[in-house]
Amino acid sequence: MSSTAIPTPPKKTNRIGLEPQVYRGSKTTLCAGCGHNAISERIIDAFYEMGVDPRRVAKLSGIGCSSKSPAYFLGSSHGFNAVHGRMPSVATGALLANRELLGIGVSGDGDTGAIGIGQFVHLMRRNLPLIYIIEDNGCYGLTKGQFSPTADVGSRLKNGVVNDLPPIDTCALAIELGATFVARSFSGDKKQLLAILKAAVAHRGTSMIDVLSPCVTFNDHEGSTKSYAYVKDHDEPLGSLNFVPFFEDISVEYEAGTTTEVTLHDGSRLLLHKLDGKYDPTNKFEALRVLHETGARGEFATGLLYIEANKPDFIAMLNIVDEPLATLPLEKLRPPKAALDEIMEALT
Amino acid sequence: MATDLQVAPESEVPADQRIVNDFSIQVATVNGSGSQTANLVLLRSIFQMGIPVSGKNLFPSNIAGLPTWYTIRASRHGYIARKKEIDFLVAMNPETAREDVLSLEPGRAVVYDEPLKLNALRDDLIFYPVPFDKLVGEVTRDAKLRRLVRNMIYDGVLAALLNIDLQQMERALGRQLARKAKALVLNQGALELGFKYVDEHLEKRDPFWLEPMNETAGRLLIEGNAAAALGCMMAGVTVLAWYPITPSSSLCETLIDYLRKYRMDPETGKATFAAIQAEDEIAALGMVAGAGWAGARAMTSTSGPGISLMAEFTGLAYYAEIPAVIFDIQRVGPSTGLPTRTAQGDVAFCATLSHGDTKHLLLLPATVEECYTMAIEAFDLSERFQTPVFVLSDLDLGMNTWMARPLPYPERPLDRGKLLTEETLARMGEWGRYRDVDGDGIPYRTMPGQWGPGYFTRGSGHNAKAQYTERPDDYVHNLDRLARKFETARRHIPTPVVDIRDGAAIGIIAYGSSHVAVEESRDQLANEAELQTSYLRLRAFPFTPELGAFIDRHERVYVMEQNRDAQMQRLMRQELDAERSAKLRSVLHYNGLPVDARSVTDAVLVQEGLKAEAPPESPHGDVVSMVGGE
Ligand SMILES: Cc1ncc(C[n+]2csc(CCOP(=O)(O)OP(=O)(O)O)c2C)c(N)n1
Ligand code: SF4
Repeated sequence: MSSTAIPTPPKKTNRIGLEPQVYRGSKTTLCAGCGHNAISERIIDAFYEMGVDPRRVAKLSGIGCSSKSPAYFLGSSHGFNAVHGRMPSVATGALLANRELLGIGVSGDGDTGAIGIGQFVHLMRRNLPLIYIIEDNGCYGLTKGQFSPTADVGSRLKNGVVNDLPPIDTCALAIELGATFVARSFSGDKKQLLAILKAAVAHRGTSMIDVLSPCVTFNDHEGSTKSYAYVKDHDEPLGSLNFVPFFEDISVEYEAGTTTEVTLHDGSRLLLHKLDGKYDPTNKFEALRVLHETGARGEFATGLLYIEANKPDFIAMLNIVDEPLATLPLEKLRPPKAALDEIMEALT
Repeated sequence: MATDLQVAPESEVPADQRIVNDFSIQVATVNGSGSQTANLVLLRSIFQMGIPVSGKNLFPSNIAGLPTWYTIRASRHGYIARKKEIDFLVAMNPETAREDVLSLEPGRAVVYDEPLKLNALRDDLIFYPVPFDKLVGEVTRDAKLRRLVRNMIYDGVLAALLNIDLQQMERALGRQLARKAKALVLNQGALELGFKYVDEHLEKRDPFWLEPMNETAGRLLIEGNAAAALGCMMAGVTVLAWYPITPSSSLCETLIDYLRKYRMDPETGKATFAAIQAEDEIAALGMVAGAGWAGARAMTSTSGPGISLMAEFTGLAYYAEIPAVIFDIQRVGPSTGLPTRTAQGDVAFCATLSHGDTKHLLLLPATVEECYTMAIEAFDLSERFQTPVFVLSDLDLGMNTWMARPLPYPERPLDRGKLLTEETLARMGEWGRYRDVDGDGIPYRTMPGQWGPGYFTRGSGHNAKAQYTERPDDYVHNLDRLARKFETARRHIPTPVVDIRDGAAIGIIAYGSSHVAVEESRDQLANEAELQTSYLRLRAFPFTPELGAFIDRHERVYVMEQNRDAQMQRLMRQELDAERSAKLRSVLHYNGLPVDARSVTDAVLVQEGLKAEAPPESPHGDVVSMVGGE
């Protein structure tokens, strides 16, 4: 070998020696500009930076555009795209079967707040160690735009129908139900979302993260040249059924303690209020107060809303052996013959 | 103790006219009156006398206050199916006493609560009045206790009238109330009082008589659900998720009791299982699916309404190929139906549960022993074939007390099915979760967090590499492989039990809890009408070649099932050719009561033209005017 060979520059790796590429998944099939894609990107960054072994990760989801996204990160992990709204039970079974898994569940606001609200409620009660992300766009994306239970009062469907039911605040609900890590963020706020995700990886217990995640099918308000209706009307060759508009990702950066306004693709506005350093996330009443107050102002409080670090998680409560149940050997699973004899004796 | 009381009752019936060890006793009480202890003590003492016996609880969907009946059948021939006729009635419930007495056939005996004055109703029965309230006053003054021990008095009365060894009864009572010393003393007092009352005030005039035999040695008494629970434990269940529903709750509850006792790791004191009461049946099966996917041996138990809720996840488990064991302890439907009555009404629904083209493996236990062995088999099959397996038991089998041989210790190791190894991966070339490497339709799987490549599990269209696809050829390829897998399963599921009688023109097919009635009916057909029959007992779905061969051997084949629509026969007709289908006839029983031999025999005789059609609803028919529950 020649001594003059130029050494190849060391590849960028994380603390367990893996390259960023390992954390990527397959190419997204979601609309360009969909907030869900930005969330996938942050999950990739967070797991890379935290040095999580993807083989240890179980990705779970329900049904919806949001629930497709586990295919777009951590391609080498096992994933499970279950049925609509019922991912929490599947995640529960999987994590009980193998307590060494790091579970990440991705759901939508429809998936969680409507068909899945029952399972969501019980998941929060149980404090299963799982990162539970709601990709919250206030609508049903995959079934083309109906209202979801997190849609704001006054928001409009494409056909002009106005939502007049109050939204469910999944964060307030989760806190009320005993969840031990509750946060809200915005898909375009790279820094905040990444920090929250990294904290969630470190938390033992349910980490419920509601991420406001704009859907480009919102983009149909009148007068906008970027609106769904406008582009559709001016783009003859595309059939209306297959038509999907293209938009840039929305990104936003703002200081802790401040409020910022984000304009979505449809021209509607989100008011985000970032919690500041003085906020105490261990105070449940404070968290609920902030949620109610900001809500009343039409703002979304973002950041880590509530954390309870020392509550035993569901697996600890069940007092299960340390090794995964899935791989216990026969000797641990089948009681000896003497045990059966004893039972038979008692029944004669 | 009471041994000095043990004197054979005086009897007017000469020994050669006695009916020995071959009759039924029915106790009519009020739900929630604590009669269960008295009834089980009665059952157990007959069992301890070596007499084959079975007990059936006919109870309303209600916690307290409604009528309930307990029927015990003693049979020296070993018949343990329900017997339609009641020979010996204990009428403790004023609400039903009149009707109960009117439904008896002449010559039967009635023990009754004296103030009910039932003897005025008929003069063709033998009546034994007993002043229960007066007697119980001698046992205790406490009103609450009086209510509880009152029933034990009828055990004492029956011991004296039927010649049950009082020592056996005390032994049975001791087992039943092992840890309740005070209750034991009170109940013993009640037993003795009942016994003494007969001795001093009554004269035995009925022919029913119990004599010790030696037919129950080495046997045990157990409920089907308890046997299934033991099977699950021995099968190495690691995750169980359930939601309460009658008649399946006792399966998971018993299982959890056993697991807590026998499946705590001796070194750490920690559980080698996880048991969860889910928020509903949807969640229960979701947890099972998640756990099965991640490599646990996972199960749930439920009944009809829960099965309905499980349809979506069952389809997912079928299509995504995830093992899951589902016990369906069937009760009467449709809808809430009769929650505490028995049926085989979920057969067709379970066979194809969920939308699209789905089909499932069904196991059909007929005895408590099979509840146990098939529980073990269900876990092996579901992992081997990576698919849901339904065990279709029913209320009769699951919640009633049956005699059984000691359950055998399983010698076979667990069959964990096709887990990917390095060799297989090499043989496969490129990894494909749904690749048919061996031509049997069964792919290789890996489990999250363990060795082997990851993949994305989904209920939407996927190809051999588990990638999303909507390509028509991929879909067809995958669906055909699933069908091939199902064909392979045909060769691994339990085969029918066949008993061919030489020269028999007639065959009978049955499954599940109908079995014991059919066995008895075959003897009745042979003895009463010289009609020899062959018998095939189905033990699983899909069907195996034995079915066609059996039909070919016989001119007519009766399919006995406990549902209105001949569901199993419908499944058979889907697979059989026209010639075989044409031979099938139905015997159906679906009034919510466990099927009895007489009903089967009569139905066959009528269809064979050997008996006239029964007149509509005779007054001596079954008790059917139950007060409803939900
Ligand atoms: C049982 C059932 N009902 C309805 C559907 C149809 N469906 C698919 S996705 C969806 C809504 C998804 O909305 P959301 O969870 O908000 O996710 P998004 O697509 O907006 O990301 C519905 C209703 C289904 N798949 N299953
Ligand atoms: S429809 Fe909306 S939610 Fe679905 S992918 Fe497109 S932008 Fe995202």
